[in-house]
Order: sequence, then C-alpha cells, then structure tokens
Amino acid sequence: MSSLLIRNLRKSYGAVEVLKNINLEAESGEFVALVGPSGCGKSTLLSIIAGLESVTSGEVLIEDRVVNDEAPKDRDIAMVFQSYALYPTMTVRQNMTFGMECRNIDKATQDKTVQRVAALLQIEPLLGRKPAQLSGGQRQRVAMGRALVRDPKLFLFDEPLSNLDAKLRVEMRSEIKKLHQSVGRTTVYVTHDQIEAMTLATRIAVMHQGVLQQYDTPKAIYETPANMFVAGFMGSPNMNFLSAKIASTADGLGVVVNGGDGTVLPVPADRYQSLENGQDVVFGVRPEHFSPAHEQRAERKGRTTVSVPVTVDMDEPTGSETILMSRIAGQDAILVCEPDEAPTPGETMDFAIDMSKISLFDTKSELRL
Amino acid sequence: MAEVSHQAYDPLATGSKTQQARSRGIVYVLLTFFALLYLSPLLIIFMNTFRPLDEIVREGFISVPDSLSLKYWGEAWGSFCIGGTCEGVSRYFSNTLLMTIPATIFSTALGLVNGYALSKWRFKCDAWVFGLITLGVFLPAQMTLLPWAFVLGQIGLSNTIMGLVLVHTVQGTSFTTLFCRNYFVAVPDDLIKAARIDGAGFWRIFRRIMLPLSPPIVIVCVIWQFTGIWNEFLFGTVFTSGENQPITAAIVAFSGSGTGERHYNVEAASVIFAALPPLFIYVLGGKYFVRGLTSGAVK
Repeated sequence: MSSLLIRNLRKSYGAVEVLKNINLEAESGEFVALVGPSGCGKSTLLSIIAGLESVTSGEVLIEDRVVNDEAPKDRDIAMVFQSYALYPTMTVRQNMTFGMECRNIDKATQDKTVQRVAALLQIEPLLGRKPAQLSGGQRQRVAMGRALVRDPKLFLFDEPLSNLDAKLRVEMRSEIKKLHQSVGRTTVYVTHDQIEAMTLATRIAVMHQGVLQQYDTPKAIYETPANMFVAGFMGSPNMNFLSAKIASTADGLGVVVNGGDGTVLPVPADRYQSLENGQDVVFGVRPEHFSPAHEQRAERKGRTTVSVPVTVDMDEPTGSETILMSRIAGQDAILVCEPDEAPTPGETMDFAIDMSKISLFDTKSELRL
Repeated sequence: MAEVSHQAYDPLATGSKTQQARSRGIVYVLLTFFALLYLSPLLIIFMNTFRPLDEIVREGFISVPDSLSLKYWGEAWGSFCIGGTCEGVSRYFSNTLLMTIPATIFSTALGLVNGYALSKWRFKCDAWVFGLITLGVFLPAQMTLLPWAFVLGQIGLSNTIMGLVLVHTVQGTSFTTLFCRNYFVAVPDDLIKAARIDGAGFWRIFRRIMLPLSPPIVIVCVIWQFTGIWNEFLFGTVFTSGENQPITAAIVAFSGSGTGERHYNVEAASVIFAALPPLFIYVLGGKYFVRGLTSGAVK
C-alpha cells in the first residue's frame, strides 16, 4: 500500500509556477528525501503535503485518501520544522502534550505517551524546562518528540538539522535513521544536503526549478544519474564533466576527450547502445573513480580502466583523502586520491579511470545517454 | 515598541579624566535643569493644595505654603459644589473609572484579536482591512464628533457613560490593532503552522500560544489606552453633561460654578486627583515592559 501518493501536482503563485507536474509515491514505511538547491520547490511540496499550502491542480493522497481540501489537523501527520517552532511559553512536557490535548486524549494516556517518547529520545530530565533553556541539539530532540507522541501516518521533516553545528548534525542524522528504523513510519524529509539524503533515504527525489529530476534509490541516483543536474548535485566533490566525442575502435565505440592526445577510452557496450560515431557528448567521471594507474586497483576487481595523464594544479588535503584540482587534456577536473599517493602540485601523473562507473550525457538535452 | 534594549555602551566612559568630568558635568546640569522645568507646574499645583484662598490671593500663585492643611483635599474630593451637585470630584472620578476601565479592556482585547487575525491568518484584502482600521489613528477626533453624536443619539446612549465607553473602544481599537498587529508579525509563522498541525484552531492558538506571548504589548496597549481615555476631554464635554461627566470635563466646569469666586486651592487638589491614576498606571506598568519572551522559539 502506498502511504503517500502525489499525482500531477502543480502549484502556482500568480503567474509563477513553482511546482511543475510532480508525481511521487512512497510505500508504507519508506524514507523519502526531497533534495535540491534553494528555491527548487522542495519546501513548498512539503507544505502542500502538510496542508499548509493549497494545491493549484493535481492530487495528494495519504493512505489512498485524497486530502487536497483537508485541514492539516485532519491529515494525521506530524512535522518537524527547521526552526523547531517550539512553543516558547510552554515547558517541554506541554510542548509534547499540546497536540494530544487538542485531540482530547485523556490525561493518563498523555502522561504515558510522553514518558515513552521522552525515554526513547533521552529527554526525560528536560521535561520541566522551557525551550529557551535548551541547547540547539536538545531543542531538536524536543521537536522530534513532539512529532513522535502523535503516532501519525506520515512524518514530515523540513531541513531539521540545518541549524545544528557540523558534529551534532552527524550525530542527529544517525539518530533520525535509528529512530526511523524503530518507529517504521513513512517519512518525507526535505534537505539541501545531499549527504543527508544519501545516508537517510530509501528513495531520493531530486528537484530543480520545480521539476522532479529523478526519483530513485540512493545507489541508482549516484551511479546512474538521469541528467547532468542530478549528476552534478549529488556527490561531493562534484562529478567532472569533460567535453568529448565518440570514436570507433576495433573493439567497439569509445570516448575521446577533446583537446587531448586522442586516446580512445572504450565505453562498456552493454550500457550505452545508442551512441553514434562522431557524436558530441559530455563525459562524466566522479572524482573517486580515478586512481593512480600503477596501483591497478580497478583492474584487480576485474574492471576495464584506461589511464590518462593528469596535471595537478593544487591539492586540498582533508586528512582521509586528498582532493586534487587538476587538468585533463586542458579541461578542469577534480580528483580524489589517498593522501600517500597524491602527486605534488605541478606534477603530471597517469590516473586510471574506472570505465564501468562513467556517465555519458547529451550535450544539448543534458540527459543521460 | 515593546522592545526596550539597554546598551552597555557608555559614550562618556572614554577620553581624558578632565574631559570626562567636564562632559559629565554638562550632561547632569542640563538634565537637572530640564527635570526642574518639567516638574515645576506639578510642584506649584501641589503647593497650592495646602494654601488657604486668602493666602493665594495675597501672595500670588507661585509661593511656598505658610501652613499645611489637608482641608482642601477633603473638600475637593467630597463636598465641593460643581454644577449644582455638592459631592466634589469623587463622583466624576468614579465616572471616569467606569468609562476608562471597560473601554481600555475592550479596546485592548479587540486589538489583540484583530492584530492576531491580520498578522497570522492572512486573507484576501487583509491589507485593506488593516488600512481602514488604522485610518482611525490619523483622523482628528474633531472630525468624528458629528458622526458619533448622530450614532449615540440613534442608539439612545447620549449623555451616558456607556456611550463614552463605546466611543473610546471604537476610537482606541485603531491604535491597539496597529500595535498588536506589528507585534504579532514578529512572532514566527512556524509556531502557528506547528500548532495547526498539532490540531489547534483559531481560538486555541490565540489563547494558548499568542496570548502567553503578549504581555509586553498588552502593557503598551493598556498604558496607552488608559492614559489616553482618562485624560480625554473633547468627547466627555461634548457628549455628556451634569453628573454624567468624566473628571476632565468636570474640572473645567469648576471655573463657571458657585459664587463666581475661583477656589484655586480646591481646584489644585482636584487636578491632582485627576492626574493620579494615569501616573499610577504608568509607574506600575513601566516595570513590566518585558523583554525576550519569544527567545527560544526560533534559533
């Protein structure tokens, strides 16, 4: 059973269309991440699911019931806000019971539920405090507690971690994942952070300019991005886009990077069938799919690689890996390699490209070939 | 308006010692001078309440009392004759209380609801509604005299305290709506959204979320309305007469009453009586300009 279904959804503010024909489905218990840059419409979409914004056309269904015209309180949802939106004059306990109070749940049940959720989130010592007396992480927990006491059909998260510092964000991220695994409710999670989306979601919806670009599992989004936007947005550092041409060799078709020495890089024939000799393409390689040629790392896994000369301009050591700002055939490229193997800036070194992981895009439509 | 921030910055704390002493000296001399200037009318009136009439006539209006007597205070409060009734200002004092307290409560309550609806439940043409309500802030009271006279006559509230309550409630709602709306605009919308998802409706959100955040603006409205309505003269003197007048109108009626002789000492005491409640409200309420009630709502 699908717990959330969005059909042909459009939303306009006057003449401006902010959501263009969105179709989305979430199975019961699924964790869906809506991800995209600011202004892509992801928060508007969440507000529409919550019932805080009206629908221009199309349908929103929660557990097979059309809820287009239902008030937020009748949709049986709970939401965690980016600002937490804790009621400032109420204690933590009152913040958590307010929703139950509005639904006329008896006092004994309220107390029991608060105890259970407070224990789950380890916020029992905070129940008597006001939001102003809590730290950012504690407020975050209380905001989640307020959602959890309601036991709704759908959890909505609106960038819940973006106000936390980096370390706390990573901690809370895994807490949310753990929580989702134990509670098992369908969750829609809005974020602009692709790492949050990758780590938490069972499926990711990548949005850009009001259009749903791709809706798939994290693995599929990462490995076979539907277009150059998705390929560039997901993954850090970004995927490299090199302008190239298709050329034929004895073993089939290959890619030639423009401006280089003309080396043909063989393309796995089973994945790209529609290529034509001489066609202009965008050749996409993720930074981590380069490895120093002499290590022969990919070959040992039985993959085809081609080595290309890479000129390193600058390096950025992060500790666990080193990012190399470099040039391949005169085109800018970013590579990632192990710190010990990193060449010094100014040096040219041969790097092997794992050809099973590459992506090819059309130069005009920017779609995956 | 409700936010009063106290900065720790002291512009006189730097510079050489002599420079500091000189600038401090200038500041305090000026402050003392203006404080005395503003206090002098109150002081002169206050001193006159203790002086017998012949002493005032003999020594002039501005002078230190030779003897202290509370007799004129008593006379002003309970037995002096104004316009035929000999009950002093006590009757008019209670008239004004009966007018000011309900009008303050009603206009503040209406302002809170208006401000809440206009800032948090946006509807079509809400900007127009807000504009029309606050138009009252800019209209001179004299312009509304005739319409009000007509309305009060039609509904049978001419020459009643109730009529004045109605006038001041409606006139005051313009101000309180403006204050409350601008205060509530700063309350994060996410609180309202969260409460709506929690299942609360219009009134529950108002009662449980907005009202607990409102004390600073309620204090502002109450001080503004109470002092404004208490000190109001025009409507009081036009729409009421005789024993239904508020204290401001009654005090003016002093000069034309009795034997024609001016009882400066009793008048002075009456004026002090009339001025005490607003002063009291101001001193009491000024302390409650609470800050930082919304802190913690949003990071």
